[in-house]
Amino acid sequence: MPVTTVGGIHAWQRRSTLAQWGVWLGWLALGALFVLCWQVMNQHTIWLFVEDAPRQAADLLSRACPPRWSYLDKLWGPLWDTINIATLGTLLGIVLATPVAFLAARNTTPSALVLRPFALLIIVASRSINSLIWALLLVAIIGPGLLAGIIAIGFRSIGFIGKLLYEAIEEIDEGQVEAVSATGASGAQVMTYAVVPQILPAFAGIAVFRWDINVRESTILGLVGAGGIGLQLQSSLARLAWAEVTVIFIVILATVALSEWVSAKVRAAII
Amino acid sequence: MSTALAHSRPWRRPPFIRSPWLRWALCVGALAYLVAALSSIDANWVRVSEGLAQGWRFAQGFFVPDFLTRSRDIWRGMEESLTMTVTSTVVGCLISVPIALGAARNIAPLPVYAVCRAIIAVSRAFQEVIIAILFVAMFGFGPFAGFLTLSFATIGFLAKLLAEDIEDIDAVQAEAIRATGASWWQVINYGIQPQVMPRLVGLSLYRLDINFRESAVIGIVGAGGVGATLNIAMQRYEYSTAGAILITVIVIVLIAEYASSHLRKWVQ
Repeated sequence: MPVTTVGGIHAWQRRSTLAQWGVWLGWLALGALFVLCWQVMNQHTIWLFVEDAPRQAADLLSRACPPRWSYLDKLWGPLWDTINIATLGTLLGIVLATPVAFLAARNTTPSALVLRPFALLIIVASRSINSLIWALLLVAIIGPGLLAGIIAIGFRSIGFIGKLLYEAIEEIDEGQVEAVSATGASGAQVMTYAVVPQILPAFAGIAVFRWDINVRESTILGLVGAGGIGLQLQSSLARLAWAEVTVIFIVILATVALSEWVSAKVRAAII
Repeated sequence: MSTALAHSRPWRRPPFIRSPWLRWALCVGALAYLVAALSSIDANWVRVSEGLAQGWRFAQGFFVPDFLTRSRDIWRGMEESLTMTVTSTVVGCLISVPIALGAARNIAPLPVYAVCRAIIAVSRAFQEVIIAILFVAMFGFGPFAGFLTLSFATIGFLAKLLAEDIEDIDAVQAEAIRATGASWWQVINYGIQPQVMPRLVGLSLYRLDINFRESAVIGIVGAGGVGATLNIAMQRYEYSTAGAILITVIVIVLIAEYASSHLRKWVQ
């Protein structure tokens, strides 16, 4: 136990003197890194604009503030599109992610040397690219519209669903698998009677959770042309019609809150 | 016994949803929704088939990435993204610790709790891109707006999870410190901080990871970072440059994820 003696009295310390120096050095290094990053980041920042921000904010607020509620009528169609992008994208993600998850799980993969790393690579690539970037790529490839948004959401969902699902598969009770295979069941039968029933609740929970996230993400996909309410947001922003932007923000907020509520209810019912 | 079994009906798995009415209603509803939703896709299939050729070109660009032609742009975008990530995570953590203390019901009085929870709710309600649009409009284009966006988003994430962790601590330890006559500050420092510190470090590293990913996105709306470079590359149809950027992002995310999971194991 590190103890220092100050004036003949032993005082307890949490760390030895050397360890304490190490901790201070670590904080100093972090501080230095922060200052360096701050300098590099702001070498092109025009501070005049930053100082001007409160006035800009007040100006923005004054233009945004009576929201143009009549614009709401034009939003129902895009909102329906947004929900469709999220739902169909989640379905696509599920369809694509399920085989990937089975390939990636250590106990169900047919080949741990070749297919498992490949499946893990798919999961990582899908997870590290945001759905907005997927949409940006897909709009360039298959043209603007709902389809690009659906595929973007689907591709982004593969990583999320695949990762959580393969972790759920790896955590199953092997005893049940052994019991079913002891009856002489084939590989497919072991799958349907021993593995699938164990992961079904987790699977449903993951799917609903992802759907909730997808509703949130699909609201902005339109910014790059992939359909939904984001298209309306983009055109209002381009026209600097901030009173319409306010209405869109409120609609998005309400949709996101509603989908979060639905997903929480459904997950509570499943688990 | 065996004859009785042979005549009885074979065993079936119990269905996932027990009530047959609910099951069929859900199936019909889902089918009706699917038809309605699929019919709303107005895909231009001619455009899609033309685009697939372009998609092939993109795939080629991805497999033959061109790091050199636009290396200055890529470098500058990456520099902005990385510095933005570090500064916003540090500032976000510094701000979210006091808010987390205020948002933990077991140490904060009710008015403080309500205010801090409201801050968290506002920060979590909008996603980064929407906040970035507002900050770009206020503070001008560039990484400073991105830094503010990511700091703001970090508060909602970190303060919420940290507050939940503080609420879950072992109250006995805090009680023991309080029984020695410690002040409020000493209770926090000796009773609570040691219990939540590993989690705080873990969450900060996790958020660092998320902030980098997000910093690659908010550039699309003008908040600096590599997203802007990517957007420009796509608009110029420079697919090999876009492929190079994507590969760089994926590699950095992989390194960050690997390093942060190792660091978290080491801390905890």
